[in-house]
Amino acid sequence: MIEVTGLSKRFGDVQAIEGVSFVAPKGRITCLLGPNGAGKSTTLRILATVLQADQGEVQIDGVDARKEPLEARRRIGVLPHGSSVYGNMTARENIAYYAALQGLTGAAAEARIDRVIGELYLEQIADRRARGFSQGQHIRVSLARCMVHDPSILILDEPTNGLDVLTTRALRHVILERRDAGCCVLFSSHVMQEVAALCDQIVIISGGHVAVTGTAHDIRIATGKDDLEDAFLAAVELEDSD
Amino acid sequence: MNGFLVVLRKELLEGTREWRALATTLLVAPLLGPFLFVGITAFTMHQAIDDVAAAIEIPAIGAGRAPNLVAHLRQSLIDVDAEAFADQGDHTARHEALREAVRRGEVEVGIVVAEDFAEALAAGQAARVWVVADSSSNRARPEANRVRGALGSWSAVMGGIRLQLRGIHPTVGAPLAVLRDDVSTPSRRAYLLLGIVGYFVLFAVLIGGSQIAVDITAGERERGSLEPLLAMPIMRETLVLAKVLATLVVMTASLAITVTSFAVAVQFLPLGELGMTANFGVVVAVQMFLLVFPFATLAAALMVAAASLTRSFREAQTYTSIAMIAPTLPVVFAALRPLQDSVPLMLVPALSQHLLLSDVLRAEALDPLHIVTSVASTAAVAAVLVWLTVRRFRSEKLIL
Repeated sequence: MIEVTGLSKRFGDVQAIEGVSFVAPKGRITCLLGPNGAGKSTTLRILATVLQADQGEVQIDGVDARKEPLEARRRIGVLPHGSSVYGNMTARENIAYYAALQGLTGAAAEARIDRVIGELYLEQIADRRARGFSQGQHIRVSLARCMVHDPSILILDEPTNGLDVLTTRALRHVILERRDAGCCVLFSSHVMQEVAALCDQIVIISGGHVAVTGTAHDIRIATGKDDLEDAFLAAVELEDSD
Repeated sequence: MNGFLVVLRKELLEGTREWRALATTLLVAPLLGPFLFVGITAFTMHQAIDDVAAAIEIPAIGAGRAPNLVAHLRQSLIDVDAEAFADQGDHTARHEALREAVRRGEVEVGIVVAEDFAEALAAGQAARVWVVADSSSNRARPEANRVRGALGSWSAVMGGIRLQLRGIHPTVGAPLAVLRDDVSTPSRRAYLLLGIVGYFVLFAVLIGGSQIAVDITAGERERGSLEPLLAMPIMRETLVLAKVLATLVVMTASLAITVTSFAVAVQFLPLGELGMTANFGVVVAVQMFLLVFPFATLAAALMVAAASLTRSFREAQTYTSIAMIAPTLPVVFAALRPLQDSVPLMLVPALSQHLLLSDVLRAEALDPLHIVTSVASTAAVAAVLVWLTVRRFRSEKLIL
């Protein structure tokens, strides 16, 4: 479970996020939805402990991410936006590197590596160098390596960006499977259909604030719009008019 | 396995996968550089040796007036061509033709015997001989000096004979006997040629690790693999230390290759023929390796620090080229103005290693205090650089 309370972050003159609070419970898929530049990535980077918040608190399964970042990092699997794998290493080596960094060794590591390779349909390319991989293959390897230590929390920043239909499907499949296994999945997106198809809970962020939180149904009611896209626009406008 | 070893092993694995780049950095400068240096040096040395031994022929205008002088020159392996420029007409015109030929570089050096040479000689006056040469030409200088030397020695002999004819002992005319007492050793003389070795070794260390340092910092950042790595449960200082050590491994390999390559290449220099001995055997090679190793730690820390200040390969390459030259600047100054070893100088990294290497190559005793000072100051600077890099890695600027 992720509990975010009053998170604020400023870059120079720009207030990236202010007072962001939400809870992403375990066994649920939570989506950060918002226009470009709304503060989704900043929020996720703070949750991933690569950025420090100016104010506010992040609890990762009860661990304070600021005070015990290493403890928090053992519990999360992070797929940052636009991240890549090592081109000179095979898919398997890339995954094994992260397994080793997470402290997995020996047969246990091998078993986990084989498992995520299977889960992300990487068998065919597992022993090929990542240099020539397609965008979809890249994302699958990135996802496999961030899941290799079986984290209880997955943080995925715009994972479906630039993916073809097949890869998007595979990704959805994995996300749902993780959720059913009791994982807390938090991902960001600006693609409405994807959000509607996957999410148990939506957090709409606009202008660095949380505009609305709830299920798709809740949000439709709160904004008085039947269509989720209209509801989203209404929520964003609501926020901007504040 | 702990995180440090995991990162180190991965960086080295990835480094060896880029084997073309690695081979270029390790083979071109460290392996071929010493042989190139030795090749060029040996070539010029052979030329110098040949120049001293070889017979030369020079145009000599008016040589017919000085048969005795010509015979003396021939003994010094300087043949004269008395007919040179004979078609130019009179003496003055031939002199001018010779000057023009020298100016154009067609002739290195020539002599002109004055028209009144025989008369002046007979009258006991100074008989004039011009040595026509271009002092701005490097090629001509050794030949001109040889001719002047031969003429000077003939003059001395003739002077002695003149004095003896007048009943005066020749030493009366030579109140000063300037004798040569050379305290240099064959190794010290050889150092005149091998002085650049120290500089080259330091440079090879810096070059050797620059590629991997850029790859594992700015490269990792540019490719986008840094951010997920920073979300791994590993301390930033562990990450930095592993990256510095990976660079150090490659630099150490570069150092070992360079020193070995020099030790082998130097054996091909014809030093013995010039009265020199290279103090460069296995023991010296090992000493050099050990003395420069602390510098490699500094160089590794410096390269990683410089490369992690940047966002891209291109930017990093600019920074690392500065980082490659900056440490060797004190060595360049030392070459311009020779320095005596002292403890304060041993506080300057690179310079201290250069001075210690010079001592080793000159077969001089090393002062333990100097070694300790050099190692301590170099290690201290390396530690500061590592600390700065750790700070950089802790900073959010690294991924923003």
